[in-house]
Amino acid sequence: MRSWSRLLALGLLLFTGPSAEAQPKLGPDGDSLVARGEYLARAGDCIACHTAPEGRIFAGGRAMPTPFGTLYSSNITSDRDTGIGKWTAEDFYKAMHYGRFPDGGLMYPAMPFASYTKVTRTDTDAIFAYLKSIPPVNQRNREHDLRFPYSNRQLILGWRTLYFSEGEFKPDPTKSAEWNRGAYLVEGLGHCGMCHSPINALGGTSQSEAFKGGLIPMQNWYAPSLTSNREAGLGDWSIKDITDLLQTGVSMRGVVYGPMAEVVHNSLQYLNDEDTRAMAVYLKSIAEPSPPPPASSRLPTAESSLLISLGKTVYDKHCANCHGTQGEGKPPHWPPLANNQSIEMQSAVNPIRMVLNGGYPPGTKGNPMPYGMPPFAGLLSDNEIAAVVSYIRTAWGNRGTPVSAREANELRSAPLN
Amino acid sequence: MFARTTALAIATLAAFDDAAAQTVNQPPDTMAARVEACTPCHGNQGEGTSDVYFPRLAGKPAGYLYNQLLAFKNGRRKYPPMNYLLEFLPDPYLQQMADYFADQHPPLPPVTASDASKEVLQHGQSLVSRGDPQRQIPACGSCHGPTLTGMEPGIPGLLGLRPSYISAQLGAWRYGTRTAKAPDCMQQVAARLTEEDVTAVAAWLASRPAPVNIAPAPKGTYVLPFACGSEPD
Ligand code: HEC
Ligand code: HEC
Ligand code: HEC
Ligand code: HEC
Ligand code: HEC
Repeated sequence: MRSWSRLLALGLLLFTGPSAEAQPKLGPDGDSLVARGEYLARAGDCIACHTAPEGRIFAGGRAMPTPFGTLYSSNITSDRDTGIGKWTAEDFYKAMHYGRFPDGGLMYPAMPFASYTKVTRTDTDAIFAYLKSIPPVNQRNREHDLRFPYSNRQLILGWRTLYFSEGEFKPDPTKSAEWNRGAYLVEGLGHCGMCHSPINALGGTSQSEAFKGGLIPMQNWYAPSLTSNREAGLGDWSIKDITDLLQTGVSMRGVVYGPMAEVVHNSLQYLNDEDTRAMAVYLKSIAEPSPPPPASSRLPTAESSLLISLGKTVYDKHCANCHGTQGEGKPPHWPPLANNQSIEMQSAVNPIRMVLNGGYPPGTKGNPMPYGMPPFAGLLSDNEIAAVVSYIRTAWGNRGTPVSAREANELRSAPLN
Repeated sequence: MFARTTALAIATLAAFDDAAAQTVNQPPDTMAARVEACTPCHGNQGEGTSDVYFPRLAGKPAGYLYNQLLAFKNGRRKYPPMNYLLEFLPDPYLQQMADYFADQHPPLPPVTASDASKEVLQHGQSLVSRGDPQRQIPACGSCHGPTLTGMEPGIPGLLGLRPSYISAQLGAWRYGTRTAKAPDCMQQVAARLTEEDVTAVAAWLASRPAPVNIAPAPKGTYVLPFACGSEPD
């Protein structure tokens, strides 16, 4: 409530304030502003949502399925009729900071303004200058296709009251400049929280329960906690392993896949060494030690031990060649499975999907020709999938729990794109 | 001083050891190892597998294979397991995968006896070699080559494919789930075929024995009846 009234007050100020249209400057200075904007737009991964497959860059139209219907991203090229060519730098800051259109209308939180609100005015000006330098594309925005009542933008007010608190990043004076830079990137432009926190930005109050634990709706991938060392908390990772993971997609400890592969591919691989290191320092610091997981399996013991012994047979035949008989892998390209926290988590969604769908880590500058894993959906039965996943979650000292054939079966229909 | 240098030397040695250990404990630095994600479906040398919908890749023109990988990556051609695998792979890497499979030359599979009737096979043969001028269907061979082995860089051969796969692909063009670079000439051809035509050409093509030389003809060997985006002149 408080932040809401503050927001209104600020909004009024902005409407009456002097118009400060920041035209991209020309000459070397202008170039560097545009170049900085391009870099920051990478950090914010604007391109991923605002460019359709094989579409023109930033012309929008990418479909984003949500539990409430499909949203289509906007044209943010400099086209005056269909893009943001008529916007001022002020308008743009308002969109990023308050999630509001120039006429004051409310944006759907699928545009991650809840994170971008932390971005400084200097940085939004640079991004704006960069977007202005993109050739205009005349392409009308596609209407969102949302079910009633979600098509009513007034509902966003409720969401904002619950989940949105406006405000630029405030450095913590007790921490190093590097840590603060990392925090600024992770909490702001990186919008990592959009997937990695239990309250999903696409959800409303009634749905939020269902998203607990960071299961991304519609996509059926689990975005692990970044603070718990039992999940993707990086407390006991070396800084080098973290920067490798973020920059190249592979590391000695594990690899990225699914939606996280997209984040590395479109965004993180472009960050410079200093910024990547800053993010790593920050990520390592927010990992809090957590108690060992409740090693409680929902399966009867007899069933588990049957599954696990079948699992070993499947593993030795289909997986050991790459991941090693002791789960040691050949890292970073064939990731280790022993002591790999991403398969031991309470939620077994990710390892099950990994076995069903296989995958390649993203091709990046640091790893342009990644090695891949075949999909096993067509080769193994539900029971065999459950068995091998149960095996890798419990063998070699891993502390996960067995999974059932039903869980494996349910994920067969998870969407692949 | 001495202690420091010794420590340093040991540290360097250890680092060296680490590096050596790492290269030993690495997957082979080959394309074969990199496409292990593909071979359970396409065969170790791209020769195909027992699944009738999984196509052979070996020996097809590299340009054609590359176009297909781009089409899957960008969703112009749909098969979700492949769309997913290729989504974040750089184009130059896809080119290398295409080159790799184009360079493999396992023998074509033996022809399996067709259960199609003589009339059906004859109709198929006639469409492939002469087309149907009345219905404006060009002969398949006018693009796919007189020996049906295709042409570099973008036209695939039509031999060694199974009837279910051929029918499925022609169907995919008709229903718009497979599209090639514009102008999509194959779409124009497929749109003019009836269900019976499709069954007939698929059956006849699959009944053909392998020619002595299955290599695609060099670029520009013959002129296409109309323009194809996949085969720029
Ligand atoms: C997760 C997907 C996503 C990302 C990432 C994203 N956007 Fe958006 N953006 C959207 C969607 C969806 C809309 C439409 C919102 C609506 O209609 O309420 C939108 C709308 C906008 C608009 C309003 C344009 C208009 O006229 O409709 C601007 C400006 C914008 N985004 C800029 C950016 C910038 C700059 C970045 C990167 C820093 C970015 N977006 C990153 C999804 C995204
Ligand atoms: C689009 C949703 C999404 C966004 C945005 C996102 N992540 Fe992830 N992330 C995931 C998913 C899903 C996983 C689980 C798959 C995996 O482990 O690669 C994951 C996994 C991870 C892991 C664990 C990797 C491992 O091997 O254990 C780390 C670390 C991580 N993310 C960091 C980040 C950071 C930092 C950001 C922001 C710059 C970010 N993520 C943004 C979805 C997302
Ligand atoms: C041809 C080599 C190969 C085979 C065979 C293989 N994998 Fe993998 N595996 C990989 C690669 C490469 C990755 C990284 C994929 C990615 O990032 O998308 C991977 C990733 C994984 C992951 C995710 C690891 C992480 O860091 O989060 C799991 C779990 C996994 N594999 C399990 C298995 C199981 C179980 C089998 C057998 C049923 C198997 N793999 C067979 C190569 C292989
Ligand atoms: C799960 C099985 C599967 C896997 C794994 C797979 N493919 Fe495929 N591939 C198929 C199927 C099925 C088709 C035909 C799809 C269709 O109906 O269009 C196909 C089609 C192709 C084609 C087009 C062939 C043609 O003649 O038009 C190419 C090229 C190809 N795959 C390459 C690859 C590569 C490279 C990989 C590994 C990165 C791979 N595939 C992995 C099943 C698979
Ligand atoms: C005008 C030239 C042209 C004609 C005529 C033509 N094709 Fe094609 N065909 C092509 C091109 C080009 C491709 C490759 C398209 C691509 O890049 O996906 C192709 C691809 C195909 C494929 C896919 C092969 C695979 O491995 O997936 C099949 C099957 C096919 N054609 C069958 C036929 C049949 C049957 C006929 C006759 C009825 C025919 N074509 C006539 C140009 C032609």
